Amino acid sequence: MKVYLEKTNEYKEVRSKTLKEILKELNINPTTVIITKNNELITEDSNIKETDEIKFLSVISGG
Amino acid sequence: MSCKKCIESPVIKLTNSPVSLCKSCFIKYFEKKVKKTISDYKLIDKNDHIVIAVSGGKDSTSLLYLIKKIVGERKDIKITALAIDEGIHNYRDESLEFLKGFCKKLKVNLKIVSYKEEFGKSLDEILKTYKGIPCSICGVLRRYLLNKKAKELKATKLATGHNLDDEAQSIMMNYCRNNMAISARLGPLTGIKKDERFIPRIKPLYFLTEKEVTSYAFLKGLMDNFKECPNSQQAYRNNIREMINDLELKIPGTKHSIVNSFLEILPLLKEEYSKDSKLIKSCLKCMEPCSQEICKTCIYIETVIKS
Ligand code: SF4
Ligand SMILES: [Zn+2]
Ligand SMILES: [Zn+2]
Repeated sequence: MKVYLEKTNEYKEVRSKTLKEILKELNINPTTVIITKNNELITEDSNIKETDEIKFLSVISGG
Repeated sequence: MSCKKCIESPVIKLTNSPVSLCKSCFIKYFEKKVKKTISDYKLIDKNDHIVIAVSGGKDSTSLLYLIKKIVGERKDIKITALAIDEGIHNYRDESLEFLKGFCKKLKVNLKIVSYKEEFGKSLDEILKTYKGIPCSICGVLRRYLLNKKAKELKATKLATGHNLDDEAQSIMMNYCRNNMAISARLGPLTGIKKDERFIPRIKPLYFLTEKEVTSYAFLKGLMDNFKECPNSQQAYRNNIREMINDLELKIPGTKHSIVNSFLEILPLLKEEYSKDSKLIKSCLKCMEPCSQEICKTCIYIETVIKS
């Protein structure tokens, strides 16, 4: 499935099926992002489907 | 474990306890924690004029929203938002537009102070000739203006949006660089000593992590959609941040422990370094407090901005 990374403003194709695995696959520390599914905030334990729109928003603000 | 109090789906897993909270429980948890920080550390007094340093980012926007929500109804307390316009094209101009609209909606006075008017040049102009690290000069100029303008506004408190992550990073940065005298000036409330040249600073978001603040801002629709400052170069802080976040992942609760341990020794640090603070002079040029004869800002004005 494809997920969106706000920090670098890009879509990434991932093989993993759960959020926890996706975070590992993309080498993202869960303390550095919040995750939205179809624009609702969810935890990294939540279930997701192929068709969900998943976004990783960075919690780090610059400046 | 999911939210015990209700059946809504969880939006956040807390890092310092094995609990996930749903949207409404998280918002309650968050606001309660801010109120507790304010009352535990006596951040707000009767008849305060609170000047809130705002940038348009999620931290200071959430802070402004919350202070307005918590004390906005009180007749004895005055709130003013203060934004510094460094003059960074395609960055600050956008966040200032957002802030104007946001403050209007919230019915809070917004004061904007620019480098261009105060120092004669915008940051963009300064950086045409200055080849050092942008954040070094920019940080000095901004802190200077915040203190000076808060005084001119007759503020009794200057509130900033620093969160638990910011503080944990600052503590570790000072620790690793053997800068304990600077750490003595950290904490949720600083500068209460009767030195009228400093406005006491308060950090109501002190015990909330960056992730919690971002989640709150998202749920409340206060998220900024701004890019990062194009000049941002904080290599050292970024290293420390990464180190702390790695530790937090392996040992959940690390950030809270860093800050809580620090708070235990902070009274001793303050006592130790208060001897030094008697040595704080007033800058011969601008009268702002400084450790040398001439303050860093006036030195930058002479050597960088005017040249
Ligand atoms: S990131 Fe650096 S240059 Fe940009 S506003 Fe912050 S201190 Fe100034
Ligand atoms: Zn709940
Ligand atoms: Zn000076």
